[in-house]
Amino acid sequence: MSTSSNRSRTLEEVVQYCESLYEDTKLQCVQRWKAAEAGRRAIGFMPVYVPRELIYAAGVLPVGLMGGSDRVEIIKGDAYYQSYICHIPRSTIEMALSHYLDDLDGLLCPSICDVIRNLSGMWKLLFPDRLCRYLDFPQNFTPEVGGAYYRRELEELLADLERLSGRKVSEGELNRCIELYNHNRELVEQLYDLRAKQPWLVPTIESYLLLRAGNLLPVEEHNELLENYLREVPGSHRRQMDNIRVFLIGSFCEQPPLGLIRTLEKAGCYIVDDDFVLTSRWLTRPVEPGPDPLGRLCKAYLETSTFHSSKYEGPQPKPKLLLEQIARRRADGVVFCAPSFCDPALLDQPMYMRALDEAGIAHTSFKYAENTGQFQNIREQVGTFSDSIKLWGAPSPVRT
Amino acid sequence: MAQAGISQQASVQKDDSMLRQKNMLSDYYRRVASAHEEGKKIVYTYVPGNLAELFLSFDLVPVYPEINSLQSGMRKKSARYIQAAEKIGHSEDVCSYVKSDIGMMLEGNIGPTGERIPEPDLLFLSYTGCFTFLKWFENLAQHYRAQMILLQTPYQGDGKITENMKRYMVRQLREEIIPQLESFSGKKFDEDRLREMLARSARAEEDLVAVLQSARHRPSPIDAYFGAVYYIAPIFTAFRGTQECVDYYASLRAEVEERVALGLGPVTPEGPLSQERYRLVIEGTQCWTHFREFWKMFYDEGAVAVASSYSKVGGLYDTGFRHDPNDPLGTLAQYCMGCYTNLNLPTRVELLEQYIREYQADGFLVNSIKSCNSFSAGQLLMLRELEKRTGKPGGFIESDLVDPRYFSAANIKTRLESYLQMIDQKRSGKVQ
Ligand code: SF4
Ligand code: SF4
Repeated sequence: MSTSSNRSRTLEEVVQYCESLYEDTKLQCVQRWKAAEAGRRAIGFMPVYVPRELIYAAGVLPVGLMGGSDRVEIIKGDAYYQSYICHIPRSTIEMALSHYLDDLDGLLCPSICDVIRNLSGMWKLLFPDRLCRYLDFPQNFTPEVGGAYYRRELEELLADLERLSGRKVSEGELNRCIELYNHNRELVEQLYDLRAKQPWLVPTIESYLLLRAGNLLPVEEHNELLENYLREVPGSHRRQMDNIRVFLIGSFCEQPPLGLIRTLEKAGCYIVDDDFVLTSRWLTRPVEPGPDPLGRLCKAYLETSTFHSSKYEGPQPKPKLLLEQIARRRADGVVFCAPSFCDPALLDQPMYMRALDEAGIAHTSFKYAENTGQFQNIREQVGTFSDSIKLWGAPSPVRT
Repeated sequence: MAQAGISQQASVQKDDSMLRQKNMLSDYYRRVASAHEEGKKIVYTYVPGNLAELFLSFDLVPVYPEINSLQSGMRKKSARYIQAAEKIGHSEDVCSYVKSDIGMMLEGNIGPTGERIPEPDLLFLSYTGCFTFLKWFENLAQHYRAQMILLQTPYQGDGKITENMKRYMVRQLREEIIPQLESFSGKKFDEDRLREMLARSARAEEDLVAVLQSARHRPSPIDAYFGAVYYIAPIFTAFRGTQECVDYYASLRAEVEERVALGLGPVTPEGPLSQERYRLVIEGTQCWTHFREFWKMFYDEGAVAVASSYSKVGGLYDTGFRHDPNDPLGTLAQYCMGCYTNLNLPTRVELLEQYIREYQADGFLVNSIKSCNSFSAGQLLMLRELEKRTGKPGGFIESDLVDPRYFSAANIKTRLESYLQMIDQKRSGKVQ
């Protein structure tokens, strides 16, 4: 299914290509991919996670939608949302009503929050002829209970996808796609490990753009792009700066503008871990090979999903899981970087802050909207945060 | 316009059902306050899709943090509690119920009767129709270090309850929740006791439906949004499944039927409303900090809610569902999945459309609550759809549950008045 050119790019070319994909809000690359072969279908999905293996195996391109960034002017979308609702659903509606998403044959809304959940209903009302599925992931992780439920949900999703593409999915095809996505996860993990080890080599703006490219490209092509980048980047002779190492958390759905990510780095922070574009890192281990691939996808979800704001982890383990991840990445502090009005991200913060305070780990927090244009305040705040860690280790919390 | 429709009465008489409810609630809060001394265990849980009968069958005492928050709002304490929660890092942006509850906890957990609400022995997270519930209890679990049990209610994403969804819920109940409750309570699950309670639930539900549907009469004998708060309180909380609950609804129904027979309008805090000028369907939850003031804006104009979605958050009964003692776990599952905010948006629109027609409403009004994404995200589209489908005018008001910073009386009043004028114009044929 790939449209890959197999041409090796220079580092700059890789980044430029990713930038061009980031700017492709009208999904022209999806249109080209569909046009290359009759009968191809594409389906959009909202953050955070969907089983892309299953979608791709059905001959449908999974297209990750992460809002309109600061590139989409909101004209119609505001009429659909009150001022106190986050920005991503209004830009999604804006793009859909402005025909930016016409190449998508449907939409998947994973169960991440009530806004995305209700967006599924809005899509059904606005586009009754296009497929829309709400994916209610299990919060019960017992195989015979939550697992059995999830399996049946995936079977129903698969049946919808097969109807969409007119193609029956064989076990062999699903296994092939699982392998492709396993490789994708492995490459993304390499990228994150490299950035954590030598953050000056992999600016977050680049790792971010690389992950965003995976929202649009067929997985084979994305794998090549990641390989290309990982091959080129060690020779880039980038200079190490005196930056602190931070863990960034809260940006799993509506995305910060690129300018904000750049600002954080310029203000003296190496981001050594984050929750951007979690789809590609949701499963923390490869899906096991073997028979019954659908069953193994379910098992992988139950056993290897990362911890997340919208996922039940038991009564108190989330702060502990965050602390473990901070230790693993040797982060000096935490930056809470969440969209305004995002209940899941914002309601995590007090829990995390308390655990961080108890552990003596510094943190700072601010909010954004995907179309925020001014970062001066954030730059100053984060600059102070970074300086104080450099000078004194763990400062008292800085908040806005 | 000054109270055009209110009969001039020196004092407001309280109906028998109101007094009965008042006593039930004070007894309940006493039971809660003394639970630990009496060796009973406290379970914190949520209103939508609550399993009151199951808890009661284990002799557990349920406490509803949402109710505590709404009470704090009504008692004008929520602003301070919200401030206390924001001080420990809670954002201004998030649901004010959560913050009011956390603030109340930080300030000693004093309930509406002035008695301390005990700490939870168990957090029972049944998140029907709202993701924030998960975040709320995660925060409480960190503070209280309490045990938590989760029951997942799948959402009606496609507007229906599938076999898979029902099976999932029943398996959770049978294979995990009930054994966990057995070991937590030290009691064996008594299915016959649960069945008896479910039979009582169904009887009370029957009467509640009759009460809500009485609003089909002209004039409506009830207010189905503001007044309904009292009508739904026992059945949506700790009383469903009890004989007290059955008796309460029987007496309420008799009162309402009497009002119908006498051709009377609803009782407001200032007395019976004698002139019904506007019949409205209301979508959205309540504004507790200004409950009276907000209601007054309506009854002063003779505006009566004949149906509302808020009165369905703790159970949707008027489309036919009743708890079924013959299928105890299946019926609990069905009940949870059927609550209003667990319905997808197209189903919510269909339901409101049906109300507008059945109750012969002049229009519908959205009270959009800043706190509540579960209700609010999508309401503007619902409004458009309903206008398109019914040809009736829709109105839009914004407020908040328990954060008084988001209640602007002047703004709301102006909006309401111009909305009612729109209805007048529509009636007189000046607007198409
Ligand atoms: S940004 Fe937050 S609140 Fe908004 S849709 Fe995403 S997860 Fe939901
Ligand atoms: S978001 Fe809405 S349903 Fe959820 S806890 Fe807050 S008020 Fe209740």
